[in-house]
Amino acid sequence: MSEPSTADTVEAGPAGMVTDRDPTDAPVMIHLDGVEKVYTPGAAPAVEKLTLDVHKGEILVLVGPSGCGKSTTLRLINRMIEPTSGRIVFDGEDVTDIDANELRRRIGYVIQRIGLFPHQTIAENVGTVPRLLGWDASRTQQRTDELLDLVGLEPGIYRDRYPKELSGGQAQRVGVARALAADPPVMLMDEPFGAVDPITRDRLQNEFLRLQAEVQKTIVFVTHDIDEAVKMGDRIAILRERSVVAQLDTPARILSYPVDEFVDDFIGSGSTLKGLHFERVSGLDIPDYPVIRRDTSREEAQRILEGSDFRWLLLLDERGRPARWLNDAHVADTSRPLHEVGPVVRAMVERNATLHDALEAMITSSAGQAVIVHRDGTYAGVVQIELLTEVIGRMRREARRHYEALEANQAADATADAAGTA
Amino acid sequence: MSAPTTDAGTTDTAAEEGPRTARLAVLRGELGLIVTPVVLGLAFLAYWTWLGAQDLSMQATSALTTDNLVRQTREQLTITALSTVGVLIIAIPLGIGLTRPRGQRFAGPALAIANAGQAVPAYGLLVLALAVLGGVFGRANDNFLQNTLGEWLGPGLVITVISLILFAILPVLRNTMVGLQQVDQDIIEAGLGMGMTRREVLWRIEMPLAVPVMLAGVRTALVINVGMATLAFLIGGGGLGVTIRSGIQLSQNIVVLTGGVLTALLALSIDWLGGVVERVLRPKGI
Repeated sequence: MSEPSTADTVEAGPAGMVTDRDPTDAPVMIHLDGVEKVYTPGAAPAVEKLTLDVHKGEILVLVGPSGCGKSTTLRLINRMIEPTSGRIVFDGEDVTDIDANELRRRIGYVIQRIGLFPHQTIAENVGTVPRLLGWDASRTQQRTDELLDLVGLEPGIYRDRYPKELSGGQAQRVGVARALAADPPVMLMDEPFGAVDPITRDRLQNEFLRLQAEVQKTIVFVTHDIDEAVKMGDRIAILRERSVVAQLDTPARILSYPVDEFVDDFIGSGSTLKGLHFERVSGLDIPDYPVIRRDTSREEAQRILEGSDFRWLLLLDERGRPARWLNDAHVADTSRPLHEVGPVVRAMVERNATLHDALEAMITSSAGQAVIVHRDGTYAGVVQIELLTEVIGRMRREARRHYEALEANQAADATADAAGTA
Repeated sequence: MSAPTTDAGTTDTAAEEGPRTARLAVLRGELGLIVTPVVLGLAFLAYWTWLGAQDLSMQATSALTTDNLVRQTREQLTITALSTVGVLIIAIPLGIGLTRPRGQRFAGPALAIANAGQAVPAYGLLVLALAVLGGVFGRANDNFLQNTLGEWLGPGLVITVISLILFAILPVLRNTMVGLQQVDQDIIEAGLGMGMTRREVLWRIEMPLAVPVMLAGVRTALVINVGMATLAFLIGGGGLGVTIRSGIQLSQNIVVLTGGVLTALLALSIDWLGGVVERVLRPKGI
């Protein structure tokens, strides 16, 4: 944030939450088939007959109130808890009965309290699974350094340190590196960012998403925080008691169309606002907006403003970058040249920013609207609140249509089934 | 957005504070380990010089020959070493077993027995051992205790060692169990979650992390044993207790004092040795 000229431009980081691809297009990586866990026979199961597909390369977030069984569900996948019944299929292979240790070496596992081994150096910690798999020392060391680099820890500095010498955020990075060590296709993460402060958490989340874009693992991620779920998930499974899936879909659709009251309550207020994270400014149909240049005369400006439906004119500087907002009072003010009156344009967003960023810019703008700029800072358009309202309406309609189609399909299937059995 | 590396840099300073004070504490601990033997050596020299300057009675002189004192010190150390090794051989595997899922239900009774062992007065335990084991020694002419161990070490010494093992099992057993139980469940969970077997988790994670607590127990056992070995004379086991008894019987205070001072210096030296071992074997990073 060193350059003042870009300071007001909301950057759509790698954590920008727009995903266009449909995660369910990818092949199934983990298939849970009627997996159930009963602790006391006769009592209610902790996890009730759960059938769930996790697709290759997606982050599937299990989210729900505490005690809903989401952690138990996660631990059923790597058989830290043995299922009472049901099958677990891992990349096409039934792993319900194979050696649990062998299975776990193929699955990265990150827990909230990290569980770094305090008596081992960072390098030894990260090299745990490679050692278990019998890699030779030089290969393990090479891999360790590579991973420390990947999670943003300089190997030369951190390799030989001990866990107690790390901050919470650094320890969590090591935890992630350790889980990635043997390059497992699947990672299970149980509230991995739950024990760090909000600022560090946000940074770790962004880093992790960036990392995931690179490594493309299949990830099952448990959290109780709907905002984290919305941010991290390609898809979200909202669970109610006994790990029953209340709704399973992309964050955008869940936010625009909660299927029932439970989901609605759980995602809480502000879901519409959160939904704005999933649309980009570039996807908007932006109407023309009256702009003038540095060399436009006052009379011309007056004429343009009167002839338009808008209350503000946008003055661009000589390089075509938004400079000032001008209303009729400013234009009429003859005491100073036009490029010295009117509030300076501060609220700018790039075209790949999300609508949430745009809304934020709008609220802070003196003209109540956000200016869109190209990457080089030149003017691209203006977003107004009405546009956002339209988008929200559209998202809701689309989500509802999606669910109506889904229901119709199910109804058709049911009829077909009934016809088949009759 | 700033790069992650600079962020890591700022959090670093916060993380550095802890180790710095920790290092200071370690340094103080190490200073203690270096100073102690010097002080003990000086104390020994000072006492020896003072003793040499005393005008000793004939009885005192005959009790305090260098030969006697060296032999008794050696006996005392033998008793200490053998009983401590015995304690380790019994208490550590037992402690491990009693913390495993299958052994946990026996933990209560086992600790109760070990507690009883320590609660019985030492004197009583020695006499009891003599009464029970002495019978074994007396009856069988041809058993292992009598012929091999007995001849090599003397029957009194063997009985002393057995009593001391019973007496000093508790701290090692308890500390082994506590040491293993206090290992953070998250660490164990992480190990199992990465595909370590129970055995690997025990040897690579639980044991190293339990070592400091276990060693504290071993050090306690060592100190108990070296002190208790002074009572071995009661059942003919030798040791510096012999000199103390002679002093009392002969009403020679200086002999009693010498026996006492040597016992104390020996105990402090052994304790120091235990400290060194603790320091050397404690895993780095904890």
